[in-house]
Amino acid sequence: MGNEFVQFSLTPMLIGILAAVACALPGNFLILRRQALIGDAISHVVLPGIVVAFLVTGTVAAIPMLLGAAGAALVAVVLIEAIKRLGRIEPGAAMGVTFTTLFAAGVLILEQTDTSSVHLDVEHALMGNLESLIWFRAKGWGSLFDPVALAALPDELGRIAVVCALVVVLTIVFWRWLKISTFDEGFAQALGLPVTAIGLGLVATAAVAAVAAFDAVGSIIVIAMFICPPAAARLVTNRLEHQVMWSVVFAVLSAVLGYVFAGYGPLWFGSQNAVSAAGMIAAVSGVILGLACLFGPHRSRVGVGREEVL
Amino acid sequence: MGNFLSALLLQAGYNAALVATGSALLGFAAGASGTFLFLRKRALVSDAVAHATLPGVGLAFILMVALGGDGRSLLGLLAGSAVTAALGLLLVEWIARRTRLSEDAAIGAVLSVFFGVGIVLLTVIQTMSAGRQAGLESFLLGSTAGMLFQDAVVIAVGGTLAVLATYLLRRPMTLVAFDPEYAAASGYDVRRIDLAMMGLVMAVTVIGLKLVGLILIVAMLIVPPVTARFWTERAGRVVWIAGALGGVAGYLGAAISASAPALPTGPIIVLVAAGLFLLSLVLAPARGVAAALLRHRRFQRRVHRRQGLLALARSEPILERYTLRVLRAEGLVRPDGVATEAGRAQAAKVARDECRWDIARQVHQDAGLTGRYDGLTPIEEVFTADEIDAFDSRLGGPRPVGGLA
Repeated sequence: MGNEFVQFSLTPMLIGILAAVACALPGNFLILRRQALIGDAISHVVLPGIVVAFLVTGTVAAIPMLLGAAGAALVAVVLIEAIKRLGRIEPGAAMGVTFTTLFAAGVLILEQTDTSSVHLDVEHALMGNLESLIWFRAKGWGSLFDPVALAALPDELGRIAVVCALVVVLTIVFWRWLKISTFDEGFAQALGLPVTAIGLGLVATAAVAAVAAFDAVGSIIVIAMFICPPAAARLVTNRLEHQVMWSVVFAVLSAVLGYVFAGYGPLWFGSQNAVSAAGMIAAVSGVILGLACLFGPHRSRVGVGREEVL
Repeated sequence: MGNFLSALLLQAGYNAALVATGSALLGFAAGASGTFLFLRKRALVSDAVAHATLPGVGLAFILMVALGGDGRSLLGLLAGSAVTAALGLLLVEWIARRTRLSEDAAIGAVLSVFFGVGIVLLTVIQTMSAGRQAGLESFLLGSTAGMLFQDAVVIAVGGTLAVLATYLLRRPMTLVAFDPEYAAASGYDVRRIDLAMMGLVMAVTVIGLKLVGLILIVAMLIVPPVTARFWTERAGRVVWIAGALGGVAGYLGAAISASAPALPTGPIIVLVAAGLFLLSLVLAPARGVAAALLRHRRFQRRVHRRQGLLALARSEPILERYTLRVLRAEGLVRPDGVATEAGRAQAAKVARDECRWDIARQVHQDAGLTGRYDGLTPIEEVFTADEIDAFDSRLGGPRPVGGLA
């Protein structure tokens, strides 16, 4: 737990934590609004977004990729809404049609273009490469105060930190609006709150978080972190403030434990190679959710089972 | 183009023909068995099921290697995927039923966690000595290059069974899809029928894994039923139309993909299905966008015509351009906006209709009939000639309208 830790594990772990928190915060509200799967849809359409951005710019630079992914997320949200309204189709099916089609288009374009020279493929998009985001320049804990070494931190860390901070600030600033419009849209409307804009803003924030997290950790974590920590937190408490706190705790826990298990777990079983950290983080968040489903103090529906007795 | 035609006619070689047949069969089975899940408004359950197959594939591989096999037996891998898919399915159902979480949260949780576990297992396999590029990644996006006759048989047999089961269970599944309370009251076990519905989808997912991969099989389960829904209002027909659309998408997609390099089969099939969806969205007779636009335009025209004629009857100038255009097109007004002979006659008729309606709404008792007044419906369509005569007797004699005469 010394110099090697700082060099190889500190940055991936930090990136994992920041990505998890950035996704879990909007996830709380998405779950309560029954829009949990919008995160799933967004993380699928990120692929065509980055592929098109690559085609247009010809580079794998981060900013065009992020813009492309954000654009694709926007297109997907608009398409889902259009299909829902024009075809009078239920939201789930409209979502299914949209994101699978866009994903297929992304795979096709990827196959059609020569991307063999650059690191751009479907598996990478799904799994991310958290393990490779290491801090080469670090010599030990002292490097945290060394400007030269700090300048060599992976770019992903800076980006996800900015996005995570943005999500936190937005959540705090719009807290009352989000809370009121999530629980009682009619009341929010009567108060004169811009309900539609709040809903769209939430989805947009989720998209930004998803895209930034995707850049660093791949799309599995994105879906898992949107849903599992907030869902587990939902089963633990009945107060939104506590739920958000718990979801952050669960997200951080998943990221840290997942990374540790992935990196060091196989060693305990005598294997030499680490396993996918992104997958392991998702798995740990699933275990946390499973425990919450079994033992969470507020797990049942109101008026069902245990609470009927009380 | 020539390549495409020969692929379409199954003349582009053995593998291409096999893939085209398999895709068509798979498309039919997926479309038909996905229908009831869509009608039950749970289309995205298939997404959870599809992602939940991945850990099964990995576990089956590890298990088969541990038992001394080479780990690539298709049936073994598919059996493994079926086990975890079923587990995922039961978990979705359990979470949605037993906890306060909604079904979409359950779907998202199951799909991401199972997929995460699957990815972990894939990385484990990559490091196994027996892993030696097991090619399990092809289950993510499917691959048709190495399709064997055995794979086609799996699809044919499994698909036929799934369609057969859909056919046999169509009545209870329709009932549960549209009115679960009534189904429960009639003695059906709704939960078991729901499980059967999802089980069918699971079966199709498993047999389609090799061909189109676990991410795109979701599209084949959702898109054709949604498309079929545009063309009919009868649940029984949606099943077969969805099956046919899925089959066409599979066949055409496979043919297109065989006609040129770098056209992966799975995505092409999905895009063909999406193209059919788009066509239906625009062109379908009753529910399509074009039909709705046309209906709206027609309605607009009727309103403008009626209001224009009423204005003529009251000798008021018409300023609205569209109204003038409508009336002029029918020769009811002259280009300078003055009513023609025919226009005055029509205006008088409409004015009389309006007066009759006024009387009818004052004197007639049946609100069910007078309630049909919308300013457009001619009174003759609602009341009998005798009743109209009675209204007329209160109206008094005819009066000229529209100035001039």
